[in-house]
Amino acid sequence: MTAGIQGREVRVIGGVPWTRNTRQDLKWVLLFLSPWIIGFIVLTAGPMLWTLYLSFTNYNPIRPVTNFVGIENYARMLKDPHVLNSLYNTIFYTVLHVPLSMGIALLLALMLNRIGGRSAGFFRTAFYIPNVTPAVAVGTLFLLLLNGNSGVINGVLGFFGIDGPSWLNDPTWVKPGIIIMSLWTVGNTVVIYFAALKNVPLEMYEAARIDGASAWDQFRNITVPMISGALFFTFVINTIASLQLFTEVYTMFFGAQQGQSSGAGDAAEFYVIYLFHEAFEVFRMGYASALAWLLFAVILVITVVQIRVSRRFVYYEGE
Amino acid sequence: MATGETQLDRTLPGSGARVAVGQKIDPGKLAFRVGFLLLLAFFTILFLYPLVWLLSASLKPGSEVFSGGLIGSSLMWSNYPKLISDQPVLQWTWNSVLVTVLASSTVTISSALVAFAFAYFRFPFRGLVFGLVLAGMMLPGAVTMIPNYLIWDYLGWTNTLVPLWAGNLFASPFYIFMLRQFFLGLPRELFDAARVDGANYLRMWWSVALPLTRAALIVVFVFELKVAWTDLVKPLIFLRDLPTFTLPAGLKAIVDNPSIGGEKHFELLAVGGVIVTLPMVIVFFLAQRYFIEGIATTGSTGR
Repeated sequence: MTAGIQGREVRVIGGVPWTRNTRQDLKWVLLFLSPWIIGFIVLTAGPMLWTLYLSFTNYNPIRPVTNFVGIENYARMLKDPHVLNSLYNTIFYTVLHVPLSMGIALLLALMLNRIGGRSAGFFRTAFYIPNVTPAVAVGTLFLLLLNGNSGVINGVLGFFGIDGPSWLNDPTWVKPGIIIMSLWTVGNTVVIYFAALKNVPLEMYEAARIDGASAWDQFRNITVPMISGALFFTFVINTIASLQLFTEVYTMFFGAQQGQSSGAGDAAEFYVIYLFHEAFEVFRMGYASALAWLLFAVILVITVVQIRVSRRFVYYEGE
Repeated sequence: MATGETQLDRTLPGSGARVAVGQKIDPGKLAFRVGFLLLLAFFTILFLYPLVWLLSASLKPGSEVFSGGLIGSSLMWSNYPKLISDQPVLQWTWNSVLVTVLASSTVTISSALVAFAFAYFRFPFRGLVFGLVLAGMMLPGAVTMIPNYLIWDYLGWTNTLVPLWAGNLFASPFYIFMLRQFFLGLPRELFDAARVDGANYLRMWWSVALPLTRAALIVVFVFELKVAWTDLVKPLIFLRDLPTFTLPAGLKAIVDNPSIGGEKHFELLAVGGVIVTLPMVIVFFLAQRYFIEGIATTGSTGR
């Protein structure tokens, strides 16, 4: 390809005219990009391929011999009850956590937007504070709050005459307890929605009111489309994060625990927790690499589907 | 703005106006507002009470953690020295501070460097390369975790703090994306002027671009401060001995075994929780504007 610049024919490479300036600046570009280039090769792309390679071996750092085992790891995953169980738990959590957190965050953000002014700032801060709590402290805190016999949450339920379940020991109630915990840190999403709501032009509501549109009509036809960018963003990000839930649950139920809450059993086994166990607790790194690639594939597929679907629904200003 | 809406309400009388003829304050509207505030206050309690409870539990005698009100039969400030003498908490705190400061400063500088290249220069395949950067954002950590462990292990740096921050020397996709937006907002004439004055690109970046994007750099810094301070995964993978732990790893060790002399001390779990949380709460209040601004821009620019 060529393009005429200043009356001369100049080659175009990668969308940029290949002029003397471009050539001279290129070494600067490489200098500026160097942290990312090195990181990408050494810490991202290289390790990804390395993981892929390991997934076809039975690599175990505490065993001297490593063999190439073909697709054996992948075949084993299909029959591994822990894979099925942890996938089930993870999807169960994601399917409940993502819509619940989005719904509650939207409700709170709408309330903040309605109240306005200084008090909105105060409440926003209050809602956000749990998010600065380190995940390991969140896990520790809810280990105490969700205690079946004497925790605060069952205390409150008892006040209303409800006999609260054993959140930490009863397999039926372990995941609902984890979801309650996850909703405590919904403030991050509230801040995003509140910022988006403030950007909706008030004239739109004014015009709608003059046309006699009800509050619900305004919400459905103005608010939701106008903040659809933020809704979609949190939908994708929260989904990706939910599929990788680890720290809080690991803190509560796993590790070198000495008789904390052993009854939870398989109900709290999430996918990344099982992956971590295989890789760093029993050192079956070949198998764990296969598990990692499955996770990558699942996240990739879900994200691509979400982006495809969003093209229909998401409104971006200036498009 | 949200405040604008109340003004709008006044100019467009709502249904309540009919009820309160001749009155200055509309009782219907007032009741609505009071009810609204009460509802918000209820949520505020819901969000803040767990933290208040944690603080309270950390100051109670061990036997009263689960019972009674927020204040126990006596205020046990001694719970704190008790945990500090039982576990190397001060060492953990120092480790955490070191890792967090190194992680935040290195990722801010390196990401700003890379972001500037994408914002200022036109170079071949820029769009494609930037796409690769963005793709890195959605890559699950699990896919690179095992080789990263093997690399640091090969270098002999496991059981040291180095792997907890050194990866940040190589910039982070999310921050590159964010800072690029800010650099794009700077008028190009500024840089042309610096070029005329004979500054090279590195100097231009350092003394023109960075000072003008200070706010954005602080956003990145405090974001990473939180990420690095709260991380448990890397310490679990790389650290083995108690004295090398960071605070989150230390707290996990206490959760795993909260007994001293065969007796369980749940109040010490709460003490550990407070010690790891409090610094973040303080940082949040000092840098609240940057936290909120950062999250808000993430949401609106994250496309």
